[in-house]
Amino acid sequence: MKHPCRSLLGSVLALAAGGAMAEPAKYLFQPPVTIIARDIYDLHTAMMWIITGIFVVVFGVMFYSIWKHRKSVGHKAAHFHESTAVEIAWTIVPMIILVGMAFPATSVVLAYKDTSNPDLTIKATGYQWKWGYDYINGEGAGISMLSSMTTPREQIEGDAPKGEFYLREVDNMLTVPVNKKVRILTTANDVIHSFWVPEFGVKQDAIPGFVRDTWFRAEKEGIYRGQCVELCGKDHGFMPIVVNVLSGEKYTAWVAEHQKAAVATADEAAREWTKEELLARGEKVYAAVCAACHQPTGQGLANAFPALVGSKVVQGPASEQVKLVLNGRKGGFMPTSQMPAQAMLSDTDIAAAITYTRNAWSNHADEGLVQPSVVKAAR
Amino acid sequence: MAHSTADAAVAGHAHDHHDHAHDDHAHAAPSGFMRWLTTTNHKDIGTMYLWFSLTMFFVGGVLALGIRAELFKPGLQLWHPEFFNQLTTMHGLIMVFGAIMPAFVGFANWLVPLQIGAPDMAFARMNNWSFWLLPPAATLLVVSFFVPGGATAAGWTLYAPLTTQMGPGMDLAIFALHILGASSIMGSINIVVTILNMRAPGMTLMKMPMFVWTWLITAYLLIAVMPVLAGAITMTLTDRHFGTAFFNAAGGGDPVMFQHVFWFFGHPEVYIMILPAFGIVSHVIPAFARKPLFGYSSMVYATSSIAILSFIVWAHHMFVVGMPAAGVLFFMYATVLIAVPTGVKVFNWLATMWRGSMTFETPMLFAVGFLFVFTMGGFTGLICAIAPIDLQIQDTYYVVAHFHYVLVAGSLFAMFSGAYFWLPKWTGHMYDETLGKWHFWLSIIFFNVTFFPMHFLGLAGMPRRIPDYNIQFADFNMLATIGAFGFGLSQLVFLYTVLKCIRGGEKATAQVWEGAEGLEWTLSSPPPYHSFEVPPQVK
Ligand code: HEC
Ligand SMILES: [Cu+2]
Ligand SMILES: [Cu+2]
Repeated sequence: MKHPCRSLLGSVLALAAGGAMAEPAKYLFQPPVTIIARDIYDLHTAMMWIITGIFVVVFGVMFYSIWKHRKSVGHKAAHFHESTAVEIAWTIVPMIILVGMAFPATSVVLAYKDTSNPDLTIKATGYQWKWGYDYINGEGAGISMLSSMTTPREQIEGDAPKGEFYLREVDNMLTVPVNKKVRILTTANDVIHSFWVPEFGVKQDAIPGFVRDTWFRAEKEGIYRGQCVELCGKDHGFMPIVVNVLSGEKYTAWVAEHQKAAVATADEAAREWTKEELLARGEKVYAAVCAACHQPTGQGLANAFPALVGSKVVQGPASEQVKLVLNGRKGGFMPTSQMPAQAMLSDTDIAAAITYTRNAWSNHADEGLVQPSVVKAAR
Repeated sequence: MAHSTADAAVAGHAHDHHDHAHDDHAHAAPSGFMRWLTTTNHKDIGTMYLWFSLTMFFVGGVLALGIRAELFKPGLQLWHPEFFNQLTTMHGLIMVFGAIMPAFVGFANWLVPLQIGAPDMAFARMNNWSFWLLPPAATLLVVSFFVPGGATAAGWTLYAPLTTQMGPGMDLAIFALHILGASSIMGSINIVVTILNMRAPGMTLMKMPMFVWTWLITAYLLIAVMPVLAGAITMTLTDRHFGTAFFNAAGGGDPVMFQHVFWFFGHPEVYIMILPAFGIVSHVIPAFARKPLFGYSSMVYATSSIAILSFIVWAHHMFVVGMPAAGVLFFMYATVLIAVPTGVKVFNWLATMWRGSMTFETPMLFAVGFLFVFTMGGFTGLICAIAPIDLQIQDTYYVVAHFHYVLVAGSLFAMFSGAYFWLPKWTGHMYDETLGKWHFWLSIIFFNVTFFPMHFLGLAGMPRRIPDYNIQFADFNMLATIGAFGFGLSQLVFLYTVLKCIRGGEKATAQVWEGAEGLEWTLSSPPPYHSFEVPPQVK
């Protein structure tokens, strides 16, 4: 689909926006980098032209009438109140226009629904409140990572200036090769989330217990930023999706590096760790994962998240806490509260977080050290 | 109804005639609060409905300002995210179930008997009961802010399984919705029975005023879908507390099923909130154009088609849950089709204005404002209906803009139009025209300042229901917040104008407006306590 009018309207609006091209689009969709996003963009532009046309005609008539057919200018009311011919006309004509709109839309629907023959398949899992990416098929299969927002609290609370990618920056970007068909399987761990990257024209809800899919083929290298678009609880506004599109070679190199890292993670879990090592790592894991709910102070939030300071579970047998963190728990604190299972974290991260909570603040649990091997055995 | 002579005697005189009516009755009628608690009079009940909904409108408005204040600039300034989510959720629930729906029932109570030439509603006691269910339900909603964990923060759409994570505020909201639903169903049955059985001799269905027609259809929609909502929220309740798994995949359920059930209620619900508005505008425009409504019968057919189509379009709210292509296409085609009857209505109103002899008192200003701004909401609705485009804008501010154009500029402006139109009839006094005009211009300007920029925010990618946003969205959010405070404050002008009108003012004639037509204008202003003791004859 080519619409010459697209570039016209686009440039008019770009001018209106100050002509700044590097800035994100302000009045329209972000510049598309996949065929679907481009089709959607064109469809929207075409619709806007039709609608603008109808708008001008209909309200032209209305304002003309308001101008001319006023009592104050001495207009006398006519008394017609029916005309079958006119009624038929304004039923049929809109019908034809609508068919004209639905027809091109149909082919775009069929195209975005066609997830067959992907080069790469990645599962995106929504967690409260981060994303997990598992590379399932194609180059990079086996890579697995969690992706959480990295914007610091000080920026959010106004104690530090906000960066350019405020709320739209993560620790681990979803990394994909350019010009390859990537199929995204979406699912969720707790509640419904939604995976959206505006430049790609992909949006797909991530539903707990079900797997849905969508696809994209990015045509330009670069970093693209979206975020969760289905209300998923407290930090719904803070779970960005950042995609890094790399050239073929760079992607291959990235894969190699990550697979090495995966092996290292496995080795890590096999060895014995010292308490200091686990505490240092645990502090980071706690801040990245657990603090969203249990708060940096470990005091929890009234009526929503229990305090870990002085908690019976944290002070009690380690095996119970390992089980709770791995599997989650429901209804132990408030009738409807729910601790989501944290099994997506690595054995080492879980062991570190648990070790940390058992020693942090005023906690001094008896079994203060939990090894990754214990977590592994409990899975 | 044995007091016709007494009533007829007072019908003629001044505004405080309600009290006289009672004093004149031989046996003591309750006064003060008991009078309102026990009344079975359609006008009293209509008045209570209208005051109730105006109160809830201000409560919901304060919540909205809480939302906009937080979004004035990026960063978290005022609220924690969980409280922000409570604000968006309760703003939606209160405006939909506490303000708009009861307000239209209030209009129906006042107007249906007057317009069809009946003495009162068919089930007068049930009418009292359906009103008095509302205050307890509203109390539950408001009180839920103060229980442990606060009000529900799952969004007004109450999607599972997020609802299972909420505190007891969720249960209070569910009970409140059950009560409000029961009230709506009773109100609707009453309206249907009144319309079908109590019309004046000679008033055939196809001679009924448009407002009566739209409410008849709305009442059927309500009876059909309120039980569906009740089912959905009851399943939510049992999932939360009794171990069922209707919406939990781990137990064999499906979270998406909640959405199907909810929107099977939810889409007809949006027509429940707009059809009576269409009815009001269909009275105001002919009155001030001094010309009969164009295409009466096509209006009736268009309203019925919209109502029927509204049952087969629900999944357009779910284009990104992952339906098969055939499902997406079906719901896209069906939704687009609704534009045809809606277009017919807009064209009919325009043709009514065409070559009329128009004047622009406040009711007409709001009606024309409605036509202009509601149609813009209709256009963006068409954009949303095109599934591939919806893929980009679903759950963004574009949708927020769209539904405020149809609900605020649509339902609310039509109600303002109707309020100014019938206020002289209801109170016996003319309202202050200057204040009314101020109210209109402030409202329409600030409305657009608030919601027009939201289209751009949505297109550029700002999701809805977030307490904080990237700096690229900062300037339009600031503008929207300024508009919202302006809009909110402008509504105080309305409150003042109404109070002033009730307390006094130029006396209204029975006819009130030169071009007004219908049975209600044959009665005195205000009308006698029991509207039509002797049925009028309709030719
Ligand atoms: C999404 C929010 C959330 C996150 C993230 C989270 N928790 Fe929890 N956690 C909860 C809730 C809610 C409960 C209470 C569950 C219940 O009611 O049964 C809980 C309970 C607990 C308990 C038991 C407390 C007690 O005294 O009963 C422990 C221990 C715990 N969490 C540890 C952790 C650790 C360690 C992490 C990080 C790896 C973590 N949680 C991450 C929400 C969370
Ligand atoms: Cu979310
Ligand atoms: Cu709908």
